[in-house]
Amino acid sequence: MTDNSTRKAVALISGGLDSLLAVKALQEQGIYVEGINFYTGFCVEGHTHAIRKKDKQKPKRNNALWSAEQLGIKLHIIDIIEEYKDVVFNPRYGYGANLNPCLDCKIFMVKKARQWMEANGFDFIITGEVVGQRPKSQRKDTMPVVQKDSGINDLLLRPLCAKNLPPTIPEKAGWVDREKLYDFSGRNRKPQIALAKKFGFEDFAQPAGGCCFLTDEKYSVKLSDLWKSRGEKTYEIDDIMLLKVGRHIRPAEHFKIIIAREEGEAKYLQGYKKQYDSLKTISHSGPLALIDGNLTNKELKLAASIVARYSKGRTDPQVSLDFQTKSGEVTSIKVSPLPADEIKPEWIL
Amino acid sequence: MSELDCRRLLCPMPVIRVQDEVAKLENGDTLTAVCTDPGVLNDIPAWCRINGHEILSTEEVDDEYRITIKVVKDGA
Repeated sequence: MTDNSTRKAVALISGGLDSLLAVKALQEQGIYVEGINFYTGFCVEGHTHAIRKKDKQKPKRNNALWSAEQLGIKLHIIDIIEEYKDVVFNPRYGYGANLNPCLDCKIFMVKKARQWMEANGFDFIITGEVVGQRPKSQRKDTMPVVQKDSGINDLLLRPLCAKNLPPTIPEKAGWVDREKLYDFSGRNRKPQIALAKKFGFEDFAQPAGGCCFLTDEKYSVKLSDLWKSRGEKTYEIDDIMLLKVGRHIRPAEHFKIIIAREEGEAKYLQGYKKQYDSLKTISHSGPLALIDGNLTNKELKLAASIVARYSKGRTDPQVSLDFQTKSGEVTSIKVSPLPADEIKPEWIL
Repeated sequence: MSELDCRRLLCPMPVIRVQDEVAKLENGDTLTAVCTDPGVLNDIPAWCRINGHEILSTEEVDDEYRITIKVVKDGA
């Protein structure tokens, strides 16, 4: 083995157990590691903290930061929201079960990490990938695609499954002892749990639904609907944040109502009242709703009757609401709440 | 002392904003991030611990969180 004290690796840190273990495995061999965490806008990690009041009782932490702290490494969180759009809109290798472009995503992130590595004088990249594990980018036939298309080639080391893959430059050059790396494969998590125990890690994150909203079916339906209504694949950060909040009801192609489901969401939607027209029940307690689209008076009445349906006045003959335009003008509206059976199932996203 | 408006941003965006702002500051400078996501109460201090910066104060006023950081740069 050569002296590793000058070898530096940059690790893709998701905040999950695998990247935590991959870094630790390299630190055990004397490699200096810093972490990169990419923020796409779709990261579950980012959205989970603030919105729903019921979630406020849960411990709030960013698992990538937590991992970095456990490992004693620097973490660079990089905003890739704008650049990432092209990955979402035009995935060369297509989508997974939902709107998740997993293979293109991994290629993009490794490519970005390679650029960071080159700019900052690091030697190679590590990831916590395990061959045969979900998602699609971790299949034995797709792993080489990530290396080739990202341009990193043999400077990408996957410590947890390295023994199942051809040797990389860090192994061949003796920067890393291949024999001390691992041969994990498949979806069985027991080897990772055992290694975590060996390394003394407790309370690590194991997100059941993955770390990206694009893998979520309901979220993908709302994003598809957004694109369809706009006639093109497009989004801004506020759009993708709002897809996570409230009931989304689209009574017509050209408008959608976003109705808060509880106090935390109402508070969050409140921050968007200068960007969207809004409705709020005043005669009864009820939700705040944002309106995405331009409505005729008749459509506004329909929207108000739908919002009234979700208020405490749902069984009363009449409910009053304030309609506020994004420029701040307020008008009062009185409507009969729409009966539940008149809210068409296809309206609900 | 400079102030950074991170209202309405959800984590990790406030952390990214702080990270990018701190990169422009000198050793000993202070920065106050004004945030609305309670996640920052954990995330900004964690980011500071990892990167060696100091939290001078954390205040909660009217559902806003004001976190003041003292920048500590390597070699200082």
